[in-house]
Amino acid sequence: MGMTMVEKILAGASGQSAVKAGDVVEPKVDLAMSHENGALVINQFNEIYKDTGLEAKVWDPSRIAIIFDHRVPAESSKTAGNQKKIRDFVARQGITKFHDIRGDGGGICHQILPEFGYVRPGKVVVGTDSHTTSHGALGAFSFGIGATEMAAVWALGKVLNVEVPGTIKVVCEGKFKRHVAPKDLILHLVGKLSAEGANFKVIEFHGPAIESMSTSGRLVICNMTVEAGATSGIVPPDSETLRYLKEEAGVTEVPGLFGPDADAVYDQVITINVSKLQPQIACPHTVDNVKPIKAVLGVRINQIVIGSCTNGRLDDLAIAAKILKGRKVAKGTRMLIFPASTRIYLQALKKGYVATFMEAGAVVMNSGCGPCLGVHQGALADGDVALATTNRNFKGRMGNPNAEVYLCSPAVAAASAITGVITDPRKKGE
Amino acid sequence: MAKVVFKVGDDVSTDIIYPGRFMATVLPTETPQYAFVDYPEFNAKIKKNEFPKGSIIVAGKNFGCGSSREQAASCLKGPDFVVVARNFSRIFMQNAINLGLKMVICPTIEANEGDELEITAEQVVNQTSGKSFPLIPMPKARQAIIDAGGLIPFTRKLLLEAKGKG
Repeated sequence: MGMTMVEKILAGASGQSAVKAGDVVEPKVDLAMSHENGALVINQFNEIYKDTGLEAKVWDPSRIAIIFDHRVPAESSKTAGNQKKIRDFVARQGITKFHDIRGDGGGICHQILPEFGYVRPGKVVVGTDSHTTSHGALGAFSFGIGATEMAAVWALGKVLNVEVPGTIKVVCEGKFKRHVAPKDLILHLVGKLSAEGANFKVIEFHGPAIESMSTSGRLVICNMTVEAGATSGIVPPDSETLRYLKEEAGVTEVPGLFGPDADAVYDQVITINVSKLQPQIACPHTVDNVKPIKAVLGVRINQIVIGSCTNGRLDDLAIAAKILKGRKVAKGTRMLIFPASTRIYLQALKKGYVATFMEAGAVVMNSGCGPCLGVHQGALADGDVALATTNRNFKGRMGNPNAEVYLCSPAVAAASAITGVITDPRKKGE
Repeated sequence: MAKVVFKVGDDVSTDIIYPGRFMATVLPTETPQYAFVDYPEFNAKIKKNEFPKGSIIVAGKNFGCGSSREQAASCLKGPDFVVVARNFSRIFMQNAINLGLKMVICPTIEANEGDELEITAEQVVNQTSGKSFPLIPMPKARQAIIDAGGLIPFTRKLLLEAKGKG
């Protein structure tokens, strides 16, 4: 019987010739990522070793990555204290993949990992962040775990008692129309599956629309698979993966690539023709409350946000800059833009995007997660409505349970910034 | 037997259980003060320790969806709630098992605030309505961790066994 991508990866990582969905395995971890919640992981890690007489040493400091991104620079002395605690731990344990608050080499974890070549096809990646699903874009099995789970990984180098997930195969036919993007595809899919439709499952992406998609776009779709409850999203690695690793991540060695077996067994197969997709909007207060843009045109927006681990990459900023060039953000609407990493920020600066944004009236912020989850800047007032390229619109998400968040692509966000209401970018004559 | 002290619907996210703005607070001893903080009445009672241990929260499907933040489980473990839901989101469920928070998967559960529930190995009996609802056992892969009282004692045991062998 053939194996899916994830079955193959888990078989390899647990030293078996074959596994199937439902088997219980203990895969070795190739990369273990945390951000500021590393402070909690450290607590739990020390707790494991308490009164054992054993030295609390991580299993492999070269396989742990810690990236400060949620509250950068620190918004409170409490956060600063957590960050300091992590810095001390990193130094003591000799952790090398550490990204502190810096203008060179800082950014959001889910951009830093691919950008620095930390993620490779066929590997097992875990992260104390639910959007760790992102890294399936490079053909890794990458999933979110909690802090205590991570503490056990730091101690043992493997994840205990993992049930091999079943896989939903999503075949994407056709070609994206102008101003329709990978974000619209994943919003459409989450709406179709519902917020729990892929719970405990992996979504494996196939088809010509995926093959012709950049790694940047693949990161968008894998990132948001968790919004359908998925353990992970994954794209079989191909020539684009190799191009990305070599040209954008500076990886010199060429990894071996493999895809699923032709006779792999899937729980479900879904086919989507992306040629027929319109821009999609996730409406308050759940990510699966997805409607085609025509259903919500004209909704008044107080704050537009472009950025995050979902849509803060250079191609996202490029489309926004193209739409905003020579235009102004509408009176009564605020626009916040936060690039996904400092490298992207610098590239956007050199390409003139940052100047375009500022001249239009947008505020360009430093790279980080803050506004997306309402922990650091960009909080909403009671009654405010936001339109964002981020990944979640739960009640309270942007820091206020009495506000509303709509989710969209960068093109929709930029076109709507000019008018101050939800606007179809295809009608702007761009 | 224990009382249902709070009832919520489907797709209750970790942003509702434990809003992101309190994520800098990490210690399990400190997180309960922010549990369901945007539901001020319920939150106030948690802070005043008004609920006996084992009090029940009843939820719909996909409880705990969204973020991996462990505070969403630790803030409910502190007051020792039992969460009875139609089903749970993956990461929340693992966090809850790892921290020893009691969960019951009961796909057809019907109960209201104030109802008294009796939970057995096979079913949830709503003593108030007289109806019973079958439950689904926790994933077998995680039973050893549940039996050990959580992932910290379980991992500690593994390390000590390895040391013994070494």
